[in-house]
Amino acid sequence: MPAAWDGDAATTVLGTMWVIRCFEERVARLKRSFQVHGLIHLSIGGEGVAAGVCGQLREDDAVYSGHRAHGHAIAKGAPVDRVMAELMGRSDGLCRGLGGSMHLVDCEHGLMGATGVVGGNLPLALGTALAARRRGSDQVTVVFFGDGAVQAGHFNESVNLAALWELPLIFVCENNGVAEFTSRAEHSRVQRVSDVVAPYGFARDTVDGSDVPAVWDSFARMLEIARGGRGPLLLECLTHRRRGHYEGDAQDYRDPLAEAEWERRDPLARLQADALAQGWIDRPTVDALHSAALAEVERAVEFARASPFPGLGVAAELVYARGPH
Amino acid sequence: MAREIPYIAAINEAIHLEMARDDSVLYFGQNLATTENDEFLKAFGHDRVRVTPISETAEIGMGVGAALAGMRPVVELYMAEFMLVAMDQVVNEAPRFRYMSGGRVKVPLVLKAGYGFTAGWAGQHTGSIYGMFMGIPGLKVVLPSTAADAKGLMATAIRDDNPVCYFHHYLLTLEPGEVPEGEYLVPFGQAAIRRAGRDVTIVATGWTVGRALAAAELLAAEGVEAEVIDPRTLVPLDIATIVTSVEKTGRVVLVDQAPRHASASAVIAAEIADVGFSALKGAIKQVTALDATVPYSEPMEAFVLPDEGKIAGAVREVLGTAPVAA
Repeated sequence: MPAAWDGDAATTVLGTMWVIRCFEERVARLKRSFQVHGLIHLSIGGEGVAAGVCGQLREDDAVYSGHRAHGHAIAKGAPVDRVMAELMGRSDGLCRGLGGSMHLVDCEHGLMGATGVVGGNLPLALGTALAARRRGSDQVTVVFFGDGAVQAGHFNESVNLAALWELPLIFVCENNGVAEFTSRAEHSRVQRVSDVVAPYGFARDTVDGSDVPAVWDSFARMLEIARGGRGPLLLECLTHRRRGHYEGDAQDYRDPLAEAEWERRDPLARLQADALAQGWIDRPTVDALHSAALAEVERAVEFARASPFPGLGVAAELVYARGPH
Repeated sequence: MAREIPYIAAINEAIHLEMARDDSVLYFGQNLATTENDEFLKAFGHDRVRVTPISETAEIGMGVGAALAGMRPVVELYMAEFMLVAMDQVVNEAPRFRYMSGGRVKVPLVLKAGYGFTAGWAGQHTGSIYGMFMGIPGLKVVLPSTAADAKGLMATAIRDDNPVCYFHHYLLTLEPGEVPEGEYLVPFGQAAIRRAGRDVTIVATGWTVGRALAAAELLAAEGVEAEVIDPRTLVPLDIATIVTSVEKTGRVVLVDQAPRHASASAVIAAEIADVGFSALKGAIKQVTALDATVPYSEPMEAFVLPDEGKIAGAVREVLGTAPVAA
């Protein structure tokens, strides 16, 4: 049975989305005050996809993400404090400060990795799905990517091979209509990513990524199929990227979304209103979820600040794994 | 027991033995095992031996993802140039994942590719492009020059916990050599002294090792004893064995089939200059391919490549001697 969307699911997903939202807003402030180093891409507007998808996965299911990875990592169970420490380049960071925002890896929680080159993660997901089949496991692999990756050749290579070998893999596209700094209309004649894969004949769906119950339900059906060892599948979620491509992006290539329109599309506000209307949750619980998320993120910042920068010798030590098998 | 088998058979023997030893070893690539009579397919089945579409990025990336998930894939790429189609996976993903994860994961992967097919295969199938992979931290680079090394280095590559670019030389494919039976491993980072000599150190790789040994015979007739060193692996590079030889001879000729500015010899020359300069009695001489695409026409193809005459000439130059008249 596909996982039901009910009050418990809504409350859990909402809690995760609040953590991601608070994390991203805090990172934006830390970036502006130069406490976070490097290139930062925030996922505000996409929290519902991260939480709705990862919220249904088992810890041993595999997830690959891309350059906009914070939300996926948190939703998959990566410790928030260690993600923050990674962004601040500290020794207690998820990757000891060697990877940073675009290269989060937490295999203990099934976050196999994030890649900073658009679409570079798609072929990796094939291999992990192939390994699951080889082991006789019912592990499912999910790869998150943006609509910008679809025009790259490796997207077609990966979709073709996954379809050919029927790999237990779910492609989750966050189509926010703008790839880096260029609108989808200037990238392709095909607006819907689910249409791009139509000839391969596997199950695909396009949902409003701001409609978290719709994301949940569509993914639940796909997950059941993939869990049975059949795939691939493709879920396209139409989202709005609230921030620029990167923090500091002047965004002169697009008109800002009117606040009223953002309020309509904000997946967090929508889910919260929906859950309140359904009577699944009350106002004090909503406030408690928000406060708990803020507190968790503040603890993460304190954890990161208390963590030392890594010993410099690590720079040379980790280039090669030691010893043969 | 050693017996004579061709270089290519030695490679296949190593892959076969490692697949029998460890069932996490997978083998896939284009045009691989396209009939049920394929020896790998018969032994290990479709689950572990797979033919892929012409999708280098997907093949190599899939290898990386399978390695991250505990497998040990060998990706058959046939031509080194085909790796260039998939450079994101070769350069950005395979070797960097372990590092960027802070050492939390490993990527045991072999990228097997032939190179240097200077037999009329022209500009896009003859390249000696291993040098560019020496500059990618996290990759290991292997260049077997004998059938025995072809076997032993492949076995070591499969057991290594890092991505290894295993470049076999197409002109050596059918070259027979004595190869030990059964398990046989050649360690990475240990150069082989193919010929001992006191007068000059020649460092050569792959097919040029044979050319350097032929040059050494020409020189021996002139009373010059050349030491010929084959690094066998470029990453890790056994610079100590090379410098020890230079300390004995004081003279160096480096041979490389790659164009000079993309050659391994340029890196080796710099290392010798850095750590062995005081032992040098003269300039380091490099005998490389011309900085040109390998041309098709046979005489011109030979013209751009190193050969025994050019190597012997370079040795005479560093020794300040003249050739003996025939």
